Amino acid sequence: MTMNHQAVIGLEVHAELLTQSKMFCSCRVVDSTTANPNLYTCPVCSGMPGTLPVTNQRAVYLGAMVALALHCEVAAESIFARKNYFYPDLPKGYQISQYERPLATNGHITISTSAGKRKIRIRRVHLEEDTGKLIHRDKVSGAGSMSLVDLNRAGVPLLEIVSEPDIRSASEAVAYAKELQSILTYLKVNSGNMEKGVIRFEANVSVRKTRSEKLNTRTEIKNLNSFRSLRHSTQYEIDRQISILTAGKTVEQQTLGWDEAREVTVAQRSKEQAHDYRYFPEPDLPPVQIDPVWLQKIGDELPELPTEKLERFRSMGLNEYDAQVLVRQRSVAEFFEGAVDRGSKTDPPIQAKTISNWLTSQLFGMLHNARIEIEDMHITPAHLVDLLALLQSNSISANSAKQVMREMLETRATPQEIISEHELEQVNDVASITKAVEDVLRDHPEEVKSLLSGKDSLTNWLLGQVMRTLNGKANPQIVRSLLKKTLKREADTNNTR
Amino acid sequence: MLIAGDISSVELTEACLRRIEATEPYLNAFISVSAERAMQQARSADHAWVEWRRGKLTQQPSRLNGIPLAIKDVLCVADITATAGSRMLEAFMPAYDATASARLRAAGAVFLGKTNTDEFAMGSSTENSCYGPTHNPWDQQRVPGGSSGGSAASVAAKSTFGALGTDTGGSVRQPASLCGVVGLKPSYGRISRFGLIAFGSSFDQVGTLTRTAEDAAILLQTLAGPDTFDATCVPTQPPNYLDSLSEPSDLSGLRIGIPNEHFVGGVDAEVEKQVRAAIKLLAKLGAEIMPIRLPRTEHALPAYYLIANAEASANLARYDGIRYGQRQHGKDLWETYVNTRKTGFGPEVKRRIMLGTYALTTGYYDDYYLRAQKVRTLVKQDFDTAFDQVDVIAGPTTPTTAFKLGAKTEDPLQMYLSDIFTLSANLAGIPGVSLPCGMDENRLPIGLQLLGPAFKEKRLLKVAHKFQLATDWHQQDPLVEN
Ligand SMILES: [Zn+2]
Repeated sequence: MTMNHQAVIGLEVHAELLTQSKMFCSCRVVDSTTANPNLYTCPVCSGMPGTLPVTNQRAVYLGAMVALALHCEVAAESIFARKNYFYPDLPKGYQISQYERPLATNGHITISTSAGKRKIRIRRVHLEEDTGKLIHRDKVSGAGSMSLVDLNRAGVPLLEIVSEPDIRSASEAVAYAKELQSILTYLKVNSGNMEKGVIRFEANVSVRKTRSEKLNTRTEIKNLNSFRSLRHSTQYEIDRQISILTAGKTVEQQTLGWDEAREVTVAQRSKEQAHDYRYFPEPDLPPVQIDPVWLQKIGDELPELPTEKLERFRSMGLNEYDAQVLVRQRSVAEFFEGAVDRGSKTDPPIQAKTISNWLTSQLFGMLHNARIEIEDMHITPAHLVDLLALLQSNSISANSAKQVMREMLETRATPQEIISEHELEQVNDVASITKAVEDVLRDHPEEVKSLLSGKDSLTNWLLGQVMRTLNGKANPQIVRSLLKKTLKREADTNNTR
Repeated sequence: MLIAGDISSVELTEACLRRIEATEPYLNAFISVSAERAMQQARSADHAWVEWRRGKLTQQPSRLNGIPLAIKDVLCVADITATAGSRMLEAFMPAYDATASARLRAAGAVFLGKTNTDEFAMGSSTENSCYGPTHNPWDQQRVPGGSSGGSAASVAAKSTFGALGTDTGGSVRQPASLCGVVGLKPSYGRISRFGLIAFGSSFDQVGTLTRTAEDAAILLQTLAGPDTFDATCVPTQPPNYLDSLSEPSDLSGLRIGIPNEHFVGGVDAEVEKQVRAAIKLLAKLGAEIMPIRLPRTEHALPAYYLIANAEASANLARYDGIRYGQRQHGKDLWETYVNTRKTGFGPEVKRRIMLGTYALTTGYYDDYYLRAQKVRTLVKQDFDTAFDQVDVIAGPTTPTTAFKLGAKTEDPLQMYLSDIFTLSANLAGIPGVSLPCGMDENRLPIGLQLLGPAFKEKRLLKVAHKFQLATDWHQQDPLVEN
């Protein structure tokens, strides 16, 4: 971005809610990317004549939970409206969505990027129903191309979270989206699985002169369903608008799509072609009434959220980066906390910092290389702590610990089992190490002599010789200190002579 | 009679089916008649009575067990076409019962067939049906009223013991008045709307057409009550509508209000005369009569049409030819939509969709839809004020008796005016009943409308029943055979 322009971005995030049944009927909510088409539909969600919607109270509950987590004011009464437009994936010819009076308003979240921390305000959170899906087929048995309608997704509860235009860069947009994803998964209201399309974005982008309050025309990029496309499309759009403005032209207000393959935004509708959705209150549904006592209870039962957890992890002595890595995914944070809890009970206790180090610098790398998700791995927090306890008591070396960890990933064996099987037990026995040291020094008088005359680099060579004698299982610290002690004695003897 | 076994449901059903066969050629009250299914239902109803008399059932079957009834074709009955009087749904076969149909089915009622209606219940004469108009049994040159004209005509012609209708702006009470039968529109939320093909969702209500108020009470008892499939249906259990009918008391202590606004210009002299006579009779039965004001009556009509049409414009959007109903292919998606809706809907439906769409368009929404909602609130307040002073409001159901076929089809506004006294009850969500109270010089029935506060159907039915005990207007025969 050039120095004298600033991006102004607002994000609309659509998140499916993890309910058993759909927003307004009792059909099961299924994975619409894998389920057989139109199997999970009924007269209500397929828009049959005479059918009526009935609000899923669980969706209201989950929506209120998210609203509270985003520090919103939850409305005592919110209203569903009909958003009217024709499209084959919209069975009733209107989408039931909250419009003038949403579930919640005026919230915020804090994001952190390399540029620091920023508060992004949230304008509104509202409930609505998802649409079905169209499947386009090219040339079916000579009949030409056709489109098929799958209504499994029609009526799935959606929560729309709309930010204020507080986001200033593509990186911030992604940070904001990731933070929301993190909160939604922490609350267990959404799987966070982007590949399944359970979270989708729309970005409103405009560009203005730095330090100017005057807003320029904005464009809207629709249907973004990965962090990557969010980042690239907003960046593309910012650059495009700046070059238009720099050339002295004006940006046209329009709705854009993101061409994933070519990595460009493409115009879909101009302002003139914009839909008039003719919103009006949904007469089939009474207002959503929220009882303050019920809401208070949801607030009290809210789990610890990522930002609070981050604070707590830092207070355990973790550095900012590690704390953030551990907090991002709820499953990772839970694994870490399970291990910390277990570690505090061993004697002597294992420090949170130690656990964090082994997770971030060892285990995550191994998981990444093996392409295993933390939820699917065999290692339990208890086994990890057992391993670290063995390391702490010098029963194994750090190198052996890494080897054991790798084996634990592949098998379900306990650290103890792996250590015994591979005879990785560390030799801490001072007598046998002393004997090995004396043997090595006796066998290499020349080297000892040059070392004593000042060639310090030979220390490590001698240490290697001792380790080899003990098949690499000796505790290197003990070896080192015994070696030093013996050499010192040797030198003293020489001097007295 | 069915309880005692003096007559069987099979006999009743056969008689009704014969009557339908005889009258249909000149009445056209039915869109479909399901004779075979009706006979099956009748046989199993008779079986239930036999079992009951033999002491094999722990619970007595419903009073409706074995009673032949007709259902307006905007209410779904599983596996029978539900056309809503429209070409759009010519072959639409729902797999589900409307809650109202399901409750009648559970009570053992026999479904004779589906009755004619203005397309999507939009009309006041049953002339807007793509299956041809229904004729009034009292004069075949005249309309039966609408939109539940098929149901009203079939009850008047004694083709059925009763019928379900739907009332959005008067569509049960107005045809009841024009056909000389009892038409009950319960309060909004009293009977589930699930399975009622929607027209104006905040007004639509299932109603009954019967010969007597007592029959209306029997039907309402079965139909009313909470329904988990309709969020606008009230969760409270209905009272017993029948116990007060048999009380020997007269109408002493009942205050009946007469709104001057329901007797102004456009009301036939004959209609006014008979309705005033009926009110005198109510006074003789012990009621106290007093004048009241309903000052917003004249604003009710435009408010009603704006809101109902706005709701209709969205309700009818689902008829796009994609999932069910007729489809007329075009060169692209948009043309398919246009062709399907152009050929599927009749002119009145198109007119209302356009008006409703307009009222919701950005820039007009505040002036039309929102202002109409404000008027709606004021109309409700009129009734609240009135019901602080009186228990029941009485007046004519319609300004005139049945008009000639074709007389108003070219002038929608004249047609709309025939609902002028009925539609304010739909704006306010209150119950109303129309009952026969006289004849004009052409021997055409005149209807008395009684309105009550929300959920006071029981009060209305009691007054109507006492009136019928004292009169014989409901026992007149239309002599359809001519
Ligand atoms: Zn469904």
